This record gives sequence, C-alpha cells and structure tokens, in this order.
Amino acid sequence: MIEIKIAVCIKQVPGTTEIKIDPQTNTLIREGIENIINPFDAYAIEEGVRIRERFSSGEVEVIALTMGPPQSREILKEAISVGVDSAILLSDRAFAGADTWATSTTLAKAINKIGDCRLIILGKQTLDGDTGQVGPELAQRLGIPFIGYASSILEINRNKMKVKRLMEDRYETFEINLPAAISVVKDINTPRVPSLRGKMKAKSVEIPVWDAKQLEADEDEVGLSGSYTQVVKIFTPKIKHEIKMIEGSPGEQVEQLYKELKELNVI
Amino acid sequence: MRYLLTEEQKMIVDICRQIVKDRIIPVRAEMDEKGIFPWEIIKEIGKSDLFRLFIPEEYEGMSTGIFEVCLATEELSRGDLSVAASYAASGLGLIPILIAGNEEQKKKYLPQMASGGKLAAFGLTEAEAGSDAGSIRTTASRDGDFYILNGTKQWITNGGEADIYTIFAMTNPEKGVRGASAIIVEKGTDGFEFGKKEDKLGIRASATRELIFTDCRVPKENILGSEGMGFIIAMRTFDQSRPAVGAQAVGVAQAALEEALNYSKVRKQFGAAISSFQAIQHMLADMATNIEAARALVYHAAKVIDSGEKNVTRLSSMSKIFASDMAMKVTTDAIQIFGGYGFMKEYPVEKMMRDAKITQIYEGTNQILRNVVALDMIKRGVL
Ligand SMILES: Cc1cc2nc3c(=O)[nH]c(=O)nc-3n(C[C@H](O)[C@H](O)[C@H](O)COP(=O)(O)OP(=O)(O)OC[C@H]3O[C@@H](n4cnc5c(N)ncnc54)[C@H](O)[C@@H]3O)c2cc1C
Ligand SMILES: Cc1cc2nc3c(=O)[nH]c(=O)nc-3n(C[C@H](O)[C@H](O)[C@H](O)COP(=O)(O)OP(=O)(O)OC[C@H]3O[C@@H](n4cnc5c(N)ncnc54)[C@H](O)[C@@H]3O)c2cc1C
Repeated sequence: MIEIKIAVCIKQVPGTTEIKIDPQTNTLIREGIENIINPFDAYAIEEGVRIRERFSSGEVEVIALTMGPPQSREILKEAISVGVDSAILLSDRAFAGADTWATSTTLAKAINKIGDCRLIILGKQTLDGDTGQVGPELAQRLGIPFIGYASSILEINRNKMKVKRLMEDRYETFEINLPAAISVVKDINTPRVPSLRGKMKAKSVEIPVWDAKQLEADEDEVGLSGSYTQVVKIFTPKIKHEIKMIEGSPGEQVEQLYKELKELNVI
Repeated sequence: MRYLLTEEQKMIVDICRQIVKDRIIPVRAEMDEKGIFPWEIIKEIGKSDLFRLFIPEEYEGMSTGIFEVCLATEELSRGDLSVAASYAASGLGLIPILIAGNEEQKKKYLPQMASGGKLAAFGLTEAEAGSDAGSIRTTASRDGDFYILNGTKQWITNGGEADIYTIFAMTNPEKGVRGASAIIVEKGTDGFEFGKKEDKLGIRASATRELIFTDCRVPKENILGSEGMGFIIAMRTFDQSRPAVGAQAVGVAQAALEEALNYSKVRKQFGAAISSFQAIQHMLADMATNIEAARALVYHAAKVIDSGEKNVTRLSSMSKIFASDMAMKVTTDAIQIFGGYGFMKEYPVEKMMRDAKITQIYEGTNQILRNVVALDMIKRGVL
C-alpha cells in the first residue's frame, strides 16, 4: 500500500547562465542551447527518491511532473533514470506564455488530479524565470502549508514531517502536518548519478501527457490568458565603465588616487 | 572512440563518465596522497547498478557479459585506477562463486554484491607464493562440519574493506597444486583478522592488505566446488578477469593521452605550441595508435569469452600483457610531453604512470603470462 505519494515539480531550463534575449520579441533565444533540468529541481528529485528509500519498498511513490513544451519529456526521462517511479507531462498550446500564477494553477490542477499527494517538492527557484514564486503560490492554491528553502528532512510519516530550513543567518526547524509543499536548497543532498536500470526504464517508459481538457482547465485560467503578468520587455542594463589612468611616480599615484576617491566620497 | 556500442553499452559508458567527472576527478589527488579508500565513490557505483553487470538476473544482476564489465572498468580507470582496481577486485572475488558456487552460495552472496552493498576480494597470494601460487601454505583442515583455516595472505586488494573473501587454501597439502581449495570466508568470522595495510607506489587509494587466519572456523558449506578444485577455479577465474586488467590499462593510458594532448596545445616554447613540433606529434600519434590496438585486443578477448569459447587463456593473457605494457609506455610518454611539469604532483600524469605500473604485475605478472601464452601455443599451435 502506498503510504506517501510525493509529487516533484521540475522545470526545463536552458543549460547556460548566459541567457540571451531576442531584443525584437523579448523572449528567450532557445536555439542552440541544450535544455537541462533546473539545477535546484535535481535536488528536489533526489530528496523525493531518498524519502522513498527510508521506507520499505512500495510504501512511497515518487511522481515527477513538469509543465512545458513536448521536448520537456526529456527531463522527465532523466528523473526516471535517477529513480522516480513515474512522470507526467503537462503540455498544451493553451499553457504557453504562463506566468507564475498560471503555472501554479496548472500544477495545482495536476496535483489534484493525481490525488492524495502528501508532499510536493519543488526547487528553490529556477535558473531562467528565477522568481521562486511557483512553490508558495502552488501551496496557496492547494490550501496546504509551504516551507521554503528546506535543507534537511529530519522525520517524515504520512501525517507529519519535521523539516529544517536554511535562512540567511540561521536554521529553522518546523514540524508541519502533511500534505504540505516544500522547496529545497542545494545543501539538502547530492543528486545521484543515473542507474543503468533507471536509464533503461527511462528509454522505454511511456510518459502520459495531460492537456487542458484532461485537467479540466478553462482556457482563461492557464497560459497567457490566465496570467496576471506579462513580460513587456527584458533587457540587459548597460553598465558604463570609466577607466582613468593615473600617471606619475608610485607615491604621486597613491596621493592622486586618495584625493579622487575622497572627492567621490568612496573613502 | 566509441565502437559500435549498443544502447545499453552506451548507457554504461555515460554513467561511468558522469561518475568520473563529478565524483572521481575532484578527489582523486587527495585520495592518492592520503591513501583514502574511495567508499563514497564505490557506493555511487553501486547505486548506478554497475556491480550488477556480470551477475545473472536471478541473483539481482543484469546478466551482461565480460565486455560490459570491461567497458565500465575502462571508463572508471580514466578517472582513477584505484577506484577501478577496487571495483575489478570485487569482481575477481565474485567470479569463483559464479564459476563454482552452488545454488545456495549464489543465492546467499551474489545479491549482496549486485546491489553494491558489499565488496568481495580474492585471496591467493602469500609472502612466499606469488607467481608460484601452487606453493601457498595457508591450510584449511576439515574438522566435522567446519574447515579450520591457518595462514596469512598478502597484498589482497579490498582487504579489510570487503565483506566476502574467496580464499585459496590447502585442504590436502601433500597433493600440492591438486590439494588446494577455494573457500568463502566472511568478514567478522572468529580467527580472521586484517594485518598490515600497504603503503604503495600507485593505486594508493585502493586497499592492499594482509589477511590473517588463526584457527578460523568456516562452515564446510562454504567450499566452492569440491576439495582440490581450488587451483582450477583460480585459473578459470583469471581467464575471465584478465581482459578487465587490460581495460584498466587502456583507461589509464587514454586519460594520460588526453592530458598530454591538451597540454601540448597550450604549452608554448620557442614561440609555438609544443604540439606543432613533429617529435611531439609523433609521440601523440603513437600513443593513440597503441591505445587503439590494445583496446581492440581487450574488447576482442572479452567478446570471445562472452561467446562461450572454452579455450580463452591465451587470448585473455595476451590482452592483459599488451595493454599493460602499452599503458606503461603511454603514461611515461605523457610525462615526457609535459616535461618537468609532468614530474610534478600539480599535474595528474605522474600519478597515472605510478598507477599504470600495477597492471603489469597483478593477476599474473607479464612474464608469467608470456609463459602461459608460449606454453599454450607450443601445446596447441598458433591457431
Ligand atoms: C522575467 C521573466 C521572463 C520570462 N520569460 C519567459 C520566456 O521568455 N518564455 C517562456 O516560456 N516563459 C518565460 N517566463 C515564464 C514563466 O512565467 C516562468 O518561468 C514560470 O512561471 C515559472 O516561474 P519561475 O521560472 O520563476 O519558477 P520559480 O518560481 O523560480 O520555480 C520554483 C520551482 O517551481 C517549480 N516549477 C516552476 N516552473 C515549473 C513548471 N513549468 N513545471 C513544473 N514545475 C515548475 C520548480 O520546482 C521550480 O524549482 C518568464 C518569467 C519571468 C518572470
Ligand atoms: C597492489 C597489489 C595488489 C594485489 N592484489 C592481489 C589480490 O587481490 N589477490 C591476490 O591473490 N594477489 C594480489 N596481488 C599479488 C600479485 O598477484 C603478485 O604480486 C603477483 O602475482 C606476482 O607475485 P610476486 O609479487 O610474489 O612476484 P614474484 O613471483 O616473486 O616475481 C618476481 C619477478 O620474477 C618474475 N618471475 C617469477 N617467476 C617467473 C618465471 N617462472 N619465469 C619468468 N619470470 C618469473 C616475475 O615476473 C617478477 O618479475 C597484488 C599485488 C599488488 C602489488
């Protein structure tokens, strides 16, 4: 009997930190960039699998889900190769252009459709969107507690968990009732290398695709039309660098530098 | 180069490469210097199913061939030969159980090893019995339902770290070679202790240790096959394991070539990258050619073994001789390409040379294996 069902939400992101924006359309330039699992989400997957390993076989089920275009199936396969039991792809043209609100709406509908998820694990934030909003919004939509920045799951059973989280200057430990959602930071674990059996399973596995109809989502709840925010413009701020060479003997240079810094109120 | 690999074989290679990149390379220099046994890495290898490869499915393995084991060993050796040696030595301890174990023994021991939870070791060598393995003095005398082991094994890879030991001991010393038997001894058995841990030239992170048996009582069910079969089991084990030593050699040589090639492109002397000098180019070309030749021989030997061919001693020995001699030459040349920098510990090639040396020595020195090849040829012809 499945005691604890865990949903892990993962997102496909461009595998680079140098995101280029098309100045004409204000969208990400995705051509020629390899897509990867959002790095934080790899920790979310690993934590789900580790929780399962704390229990006897068959007691915990880990399901990975992502909302994205058809090619994000690849990251779900990767999740299977490192141990999640199954995966679901949420994909529909109607989901395109979603902001964090519409994203969490869609994810919430999928989680309700799966049914009886006791724990939802997300990454702290994504490499591209970078808002960190999807987790708290999702929890709010599901009406369950949310703990962000989890760095360790101390105890867990079907009804409760004890979780430690990392804040800027301290750790906090919570005991919360399940179901709940958490987001994880890198301290929580070291994601494993895929296993051979996992990779073979990933190769042959059929990943179900849920569209708007299957989620019973109205067109105006999801995607662009369900979004409260729209990206009007993204640009890289131009930072001006001014370089001034100070000449003279080392002593004079120091003197001059000191004077100029003083004038600039830097020292 | 990736030869005509199947999907599954490519997966094995990919998994190993990820382990090498993420887990091995960042720590190998420190492990080497301090002689730290790579448990974390071994566990990762276990989780990724690599210990399952050669074990039949009915014992929680994946029923692959020796070829797949060689692929994994080669790739791990590109990262660190200590890790690969520990991985391969566990296989060496396990093969006797596969060859000669009965159903109960297989059921009891193979699944524990398949999951990577437990390592095995192979205990043949003694202080006075190296190449002349027939002269081992460790005894196993029958006493009711037990064998009582006495004696000391030396330089046993995974000694102290492994849980399952395949030990070769004399059950009938008067019979000489025909009086040896193979017996499984578990760590923790009374009278079984670990002695000196060796400080070595290479593969320093692997454990090389003495096994000391003092009136160690082992249940009689632990004998593999029957009394007197020990030597045959040992030889048949080596037939299957030697290509993996060849694979270790190919892997470490490949790593040295990669380092040398990269360095030759960035090191400038006389106003040009040293890779523009023909003397360096030819050295690189010879290294690459010899690696390919060795790899082809190792893969061929492994595939012939996997085909079920019985008489594999010669080919298996040849693959180990050729690849290990090649690796010694290639790793030495890699240092030459690095010049003085190659001699320094800041760069990984000196370690590769120190590590490569062992492949010419263990699982039969290359001199002994040349004897084996020659004798087989004299007996059966060139074929
Ligand atoms: C400035 C900006 C620019 C954008 N540009 C584009 C664009 O050019 N093209 C485009 O398609 N979209 C774009 N988006 C898209 C989209 O709004 C967000 O990427 C999406 O809503 C998720 O938000 P996030 O990436 O900030 O996730 P965060 O809130 O940072 O993510 C937290 C966690 O939520 C989970 N999660 C997030 N998204 C998903 C998902 N889709 N499926 C499953 N789990 C998920 C993961 O576990 C993740 O670690 C942009 C968003 C912003 C804020
Ligand atoms: C790091 C390490 C790990 C090892 N791991 C294991 C292990 O896990 N299990 C195990 O059982 N053993 C292990 N060994 C032992 C290894 O197999 C032996 O060292 C090897 O078989 C050679 O034996 P020897 O060292 O006693 O050399 P010797 O037999 O003393 O040989 C010395 C020299 O004489 C040559 N020679 C000997 N006899 C002949 C001959 N008839 N004709 C021509 N030349 C000859 C040899 O080739 C060699 O050059 C390990 C050794 C090392 C160094």
